[in-house]
Amino acid sequence: MLEVFQNVFTPSNVEFLAKGMALTLTLSVSVVMISILFGTILALLRTYEKRVLGKLAGFYIEMFRNTPLLLWILVCCFMIPYGTIVIRGALALTLYTSAVLAEIVRGGLNSVAEGQFEAAKSQGFTLIQTLMFIVLPQCFKSIIPSLLSQVITTVKDTSFLQVVAIPEYTRSGFVVMGRYTTTPEVFMIFALLAVGYFVICFSLSCVVRGYQKRTEIVR
Amino acid sequence: MFGEGFLRTIEVAALALILALVLGIIFGVISTSNNKVMRGLARVYVEFFQNTPLVIQVFFMYNGLAIAGLRLSVFVIGVLGVGIYHGAYVSEVVKTGITSISVGQVEAAKSQGFTYIQYMRYIILPQTIKIVLPPLTNQAVNLIKNTSVLAMISGFDLMYVADSWASSSLDYGPSYVFAGFLYFMLCFPLATWARKYEERLKHKDTARIPFDPSEEAVTC
Repeated sequence: MLEVFQNVFTPSNVEFLAKGMALTLTLSVSVVMISILFGTILALLRTYEKRVLGKLAGFYIEMFRNTPLLLWILVCCFMIPYGTIVIRGALALTLYTSAVLAEIVRGGLNSVAEGQFEAAKSQGFTLIQTLMFIVLPQCFKSIIPSLLSQVITTVKDTSFLQVVAIPEYTRSGFVVMGRYTTTPEVFMIFALLAVGYFVICFSLSCVVRGYQKRTEIVR
Repeated sequence: MFGEGFLRTIEVAALALILALVLGIIFGVISTSNNKVMRGLARVYVEFFQNTPLVIQVFFMYNGLAIAGLRLSVFVIGVLGVGIYHGAYVSEVVKTGITSISVGQVEAAKSQGFTYIQYMRYIILPQTIKIVLPPLTNQAVNLIKNTSVLAMISGFDLMYVADSWASSSLDYGPSYVFAGFLYFMLCFPLATWARKYEERLKHKDTARIPFDPSEEAVTC
């Protein structure tokens, strides 16, 4: 057991995997941030603009929500001639996650009472001001749990990028694995991969649960 | 060629969905039981499979188990991998459904001499069906999309067929568009039905709906 441990945890392996983990985290954070922005715009359009732009937003959301992420990864990585592979992969993930987040934000927007708009209008708020200072803060407060579970999903989804050889955590793990042939060593690397994701996702899911418990008591 | 892949995707998705439902109901029910060991078991299952990527689980079955001497066909890996992964999500949905039924019902059933299995089967689960149907359908949509993970282990599903067609004929565009269209035809009706059903439920039903708007989009 100890020997297996020493064989797998060589300094070069550890450094390689740490780099993969760093890329996974960077990708997750940037994808989530851009997707929240983009998803909010889509949700606002779909909820409050019933003409061309709203229809387009609806079309976009349904298209990306009903097709697999892997398809978009392949499309972006093989059919877009610009940018590095990492950027193209991140683009695919962002396009897909935006659509999912848009639906979550829409749920939050629907929970904001109609009267809020009238009240804001009577106080002389413009539409943009109403959204920025009144509607969106309430909306985001009510969707924090779903938003966080989507972050967990996105962290896991980055592992799909291994298919186009983007050196994130899963890919680095598989590359390291290629050098080992015995069962305990390979299992050890699989465990290492699973634990890496588990630590991130489980701590996030604990935050979600804690938040839900706290708001339940307040209600 | 696309037809075969499409059929394979539907087969894997259907069998995986059955497996996910069976596992989800079993673990969902025992996660609300009074037995601490049982609850712990359900918790471990859900947390492990929800917090590690499907890609790693599938590759473990494909590479890891093969090295250990257990060779499964890609079809079996697809059904088991996707089924067990989504079973964890279904289990959470079922659990939420059960806890939304008031405690009084359990007490009433017990006072009439129902056993645990009996009141779950005849009283609690039938009532939860209506509540859990929309989130379950969303899970089914995600399950169908996630069967595409099979393409990574050359599972001859729709995604794999589309990808190999694209790289052999170099017609990337048409190939991906067609595959996307087929996935869309499977998922869109389900997703739309779930949304409509849920909206109807909210308008006319007096039953308590445990999912607030914020939790509407059960993700995975």
